[in-house]
Amino acid sequence: MNVILFAISAALVSNVVLSQFMGICPFLGVSKKVSTAAGMGAAVIFVMTIASAVTSTIYYLVLVPFELEYLNTIVFILVIAALVQFVEMLLKKMVPSLYQALGVYLPLITTNCAVLGIALVNVQKELSVLMSTLNGLFSALGFAIAIIILAGIREKIEHNDIPESFKGAPIVLITAGLMAMAFMGLSGMI
Amino acid sequence: MDVMSIVIAAAVIGAVGILAAVLLGIASEKFKVEVDPKEEAVREVLPGNNCGGCGYPGCDGLAAAIAKGEAKPDACPVGGPEVAEKIAQIVGGEVSATKKVAYVKCAGNCEKAKDAYQYVGPQDCRIASNSPGAGPKACSYGCMGYGSCVKACQFGAISIIDGIAVVDKDKCKSCGMCVAACPRNIIEMVPYDAGAKVQCNSKDFGKDVKAACSVGCIGCGICAKNCPEGAITVEGFLAKVDYSKCTGCGTCKEKCPVKVIE
Repeated sequence: MNVILFAISAALVSNVVLSQFMGICPFLGVSKKVSTAAGMGAAVIFVMTIASAVTSTIYYLVLVPFELEYLNTIVFILVIAALVQFVEMLLKKMVPSLYQALGVYLPLITTNCAVLGIALVNVQKELSVLMSTLNGLFSALGFAIAIIILAGIREKIEHNDIPESFKGAPIVLITAGLMAMAFMGLSGMI
Repeated sequence: MDVMSIVIAAAVIGAVGILAAVLLGIASEKFKVEVDPKEEAVREVLPGNNCGGCGYPGCDGLAAAIAKGEAKPDACPVGGPEVAEKIAQIVGGEVSATKKVAYVKCAGNCEKAKDAYQYVGPQDCRIASNSPGAGPKACSYGCMGYGSCVKACQFGAISIIDGIAVVDKDKCKSCGMCVAACPRNIIEMVPYDAGAKVQCNSKDFGKDVKAACSVGCIGCGICAKNCPEGAITVEGFLAKVDYSKCTGCGTCKEKCPVKVIE
């Protein structure tokens, strides 16, 4: 029961893009088509889950014993960057089909602030390694849900008669803002 | 201030960094995937727009296909003959590439073509073509000018002038996205220096064409009879130029009674 509540809280209520405002760059940049948005979402789910598990392991095994908690940001950047590189190589060799599907999105999220942000939130909330991994997974799921919904809306409004001054980025930002307000309604769930 | 804490911090971070570096180094050796050196060389030469005009998923996909021999060296429409030549040098092979550009086969602008009714729906050709009579234009073959091709063009080469789409052939990178976007299939890839182009797509009988547009091809066949090279054929009341035979003499342009050949 707790896990379900935790999942809803991480994915919907405190949605990583729409209520914490992390990972806005890919959220706006890669949401023109549902197919690319889904690819990006899948890559984020993949990387964020692994990164959460590894960063929280390193935090408890390396940083806490040496009393270096204050260096977590620097260490996490280092670890996540190396990890994504490593996973990319591994996938290329072991699961070429998955590598083909995630393709260009993997290196794109190496330095994604949402991935780093969730890793930092995990240690801030003092979650265990298992809970951090789950938090990473569900937050990434929330990101995927948000980006796919936005891409769906953008595919529709492409054909609408938008006032000249709102064309392009402005209408997307307004859409994202309205989505964020809609997601705020979910905070009543818990 | 304890100096030791600084040293420990530096040592730990350094160790993590070195560990990651060693791990990546081992991984890059162990999980090495043999990439055809030809493929890498071809990828270097390709433009890198990842427009998908070649039909492969991005430039990487095309590079792999060329290296394997599945695609021809001139398969990249954006790069044109220059890139094709460089690729041919890498993979060994001949090129016979002429630069092609998109061409809108319609001259029926606001003045010359009639509208059957006034259309106020979404400004998009694909949606407009689903409205009664396949769109507001009296001619069901001509350009409606709602700019689906303009949106499809990544290079800003198409603009709507007087209600019809016009391609700037110097900006056109011949990726073919507009050809796919046009619901009426009016856009065709023609050689950059084509001598004669028929500016109409109507396969209707001459009288019906006349009723809808003052510059439509009526299929009279005068151009076909007068062409010294026999490069023009008339099929379904529409003249068609064989660009490989056309020398650009201009006879057809003079003889055409509706001046639809340019």
